[in-house]
Amino acid sequence: MTSVKLKLKENDVKKIQEICKSFNNEPGELINVLHKTQEYFGYLPAEVQEEVAEGLGISVAKVYGVVTFYSFFTMLPKGRYPISVCTGTACYVRGAEKVLDEFKRILKVAVGETTPDGKYSITCLRCVGACGLAPVVMVGDKTYGRVTTDGVKDILKEYENE
Amino acid sequence: MELIKLTIDNRAVEVEKGTTVFHAAKKLGIEIPTLCYMNLADLNIEHKPGGCRVCVVEVEGRRNLAPSCATECNEGMVVKTNSMRVLNSRRTVLELILSDHPFDCLICAKSGYCDLQNMAIKMGVRSIPYQGEKSTYKPDFSPAIIREMDKCIMCRRCETMCNDFQTVGVLSGINRGFEAVVAPAFERDLDHSECTYCGQCVAVCPTGALTEVDHTPQVIRALADPTKTVVVQTAPAVRAALGEEFGLEPGTLVTGKLAAALRRLGFDYVFDTDFAADLTIMEEGSELLDRLGRFLGGDKSVKLPMLTSCCPGWVNFFEYNFPDMLDVPSTARSPQQMFGSIAKSYFADKIAVDRKEMVVVSIMPCVAKKFEASREEFKVDGNPDVDFSISTRELAALIKGANIDFNTLPDEDFDKPLGESTGAGVIFGVTGGVIEAAVRTAYELHTKKTLEKVDFKQLRGLEGIRSASVDFDGVEIKIGIAHGLGNARKLLEDIKAGKSEFHAIEIMACPSGCIGGGGQPLHHGDSSILKARSKAIYTEDELKVLRKSHENPYIIKLYDEFLGKPMSEKAHHLLHTHYFARKLKHIDID
Repeated sequence: MTSVKLKLKENDVKKIQEICKSFNNEPGELINVLHKTQEYFGYLPAEVQEEVAEGLGISVAKVYGVVTFYSFFTMLPKGRYPISVCTGTACYVRGAEKVLDEFKRILKVAVGETTPDGKYSITCLRCVGACGLAPVVMVGDKTYGRVTTDGVKDILKEYENE
Repeated sequence: MELIKLTIDNRAVEVEKGTTVFHAAKKLGIEIPTLCYMNLADLNIEHKPGGCRVCVVEVEGRRNLAPSCATECNEGMVVKTNSMRVLNSRRTVLELILSDHPFDCLICAKSGYCDLQNMAIKMGVRSIPYQGEKSTYKPDFSPAIIREMDKCIMCRRCETMCNDFQTVGVLSGINRGFEAVVAPAFERDLDHSECTYCGQCVAVCPTGALTEVDHTPQVIRALADPTKTVVVQTAPAVRAALGEEFGLEPGTLVTGKLAAALRRLGFDYVFDTDFAADLTIMEEGSELLDRLGRFLGGDKSVKLPMLTSCCPGWVNFFEYNFPDMLDVPSTARSPQQMFGSIAKSYFADKIAVDRKEMVVVSIMPCVAKKFEASREEFKVDGNPDVDFSISTRELAALIKGANIDFNTLPDEDFDKPLGESTGAGVIFGVTGGVIEAAVRTAYELHTKKTLEKVDFKQLRGLEGIRSASVDFDGVEIKIGIAHGLGNARKLLEDIKAGKSEFHAIEIMACPSGCIGGGGQPLHHGDSSILKARSKAIYTEDELKVLRKSHENPYIIKLYDEFLGKPMSEKAHHLLHTHYFARKLKHIDID
């Protein structure tokens, strides 16, 4: 798995320890701990996984095994505005791929990558349960429905000055 | 105990509740093939991930075939292990595994010993109808173990040994689907992981995915070089297992043939690591007496219990996992390294050979010994005390390659002076042996009395953790013994928590000690083989006239002529070492 390094600060280590403690440092809670940790850091670099392993008293290899098994976990940082394009069946047949290509063209990054300034990242997801609005795009928690290739520019415009 | 009746291949069988179909079939003499199942019953290691799907059977009333290793027997169950449907499925599974496996069997290190190859032979596979993507991984060459994960069939036995038994935790299944593979964290190579090189992963790997680094070409080159004096030492556990490679019954002692074979291979001096084991006892036993004496005299700065330090896998383990306890183990080097050090000083002087012109080869039941031999602290001006360490398996290959008919060899003796040993040196090869050897000598040195009985049966056995006490003429010495690093960890945690009552602890990394080492002939999960080897070692001990290290005349001579006395300055310089904290953090690595 490709990854980006992160030099942990004292506060970061403390945060990870707190998360582990909130799950009673129970090895069986690894997935929950990783969820919370990814929520905080945005991704799970090796340095973070090592602290999680220490906090739960399990091997780093085991933590890495779980991180690489579940597609939800990532070792690459997401952008401040993570763009998710739904490529579920309904969205796909209504042109999601063209929408996705347009995001890739404008931002010049591939799926799973982040723009060099750390602002946007692109991922695909499968069905958000709003098939009536297909094709659907999410930016962070905000949902956009019936997106067209022309609409891509308008979405990005909203975040231009942020 | 509830009993269950079922039918397998039209034959009735009765088994205890909880028994798997796999074992019920075994009871009827039906060997269901498998690639992932592993059972080391005496060591409490059972690995049944149900992953390879080779052991599938047909269960009447069940829609899908069931993996027999992970399916419990039910009352009235009707099972077929060889129906057309089962045979076809089994073959398809095997063909699919083979379709993602390299076809370099002719030149594979495991060729002839590979479970996958043997199964393909057994099932008469003549073609592989499936073609598709093949896994490609970069081979990983460490100082002791080679990983070629293209050959991994995801049986995950290595993962069980590394995590559950050894608690080393270097190997884990990563990724998913076709990309799934067993690897260290962040897919680092072993050299950059906390691998102890115990080699138990190698010992259980069914294919050529995990093998030891082959040092036989270097040994052959040294033997062919007329300017080199080539000295060989052989570890105690080798003589109790080498015969298996030549079709002899497990537990056959081949000490004499081993010496003869080494001589025929062209080694100039055929010596015995057992000699160095006796020397280890002199140093380690004296250190124990010194620590004990000061402790009993009220010196609070003394570290007790003292831990043995002859096992290189164990040394690696505590350097990584207990970096704050480096003063607990004995500072005595392992027999392999003591031998190298003495061979290239005392003995080299005796025969007037420069150490640079001397090549010391060790035959070890171990793969961690390869790493130990390469440690910087065991080199003098870049010249290693032990040049090459080869495993029992590698020695067998050397003997076969040199057209030596091993089984018809006469029994020969080791050369003198570094080939003479006592029974105490021999039992180093089995769990409990090092501490028994130490007790034999420490008792006599401490009490100045002669031991009536040299056998300390309370120290023997196969349980993972054992404890016993020995009466040192009124002083009760408490001894702990662990084999397997997971068991060692438990004793270490106790020491850390201040709960340990022991004065001395012996630790060996491998199950049953060196006789079950990662470099030994493969036991394929049959623990009766380990028992037979253990028995052979104790037999050799009993056959010896001298059974206490300090009575070895050549050890006495070595101290008289060269070292002075145990723990002397010279002995410290040549026979002791120090340990390093080696905890790894990702940020420091790349």
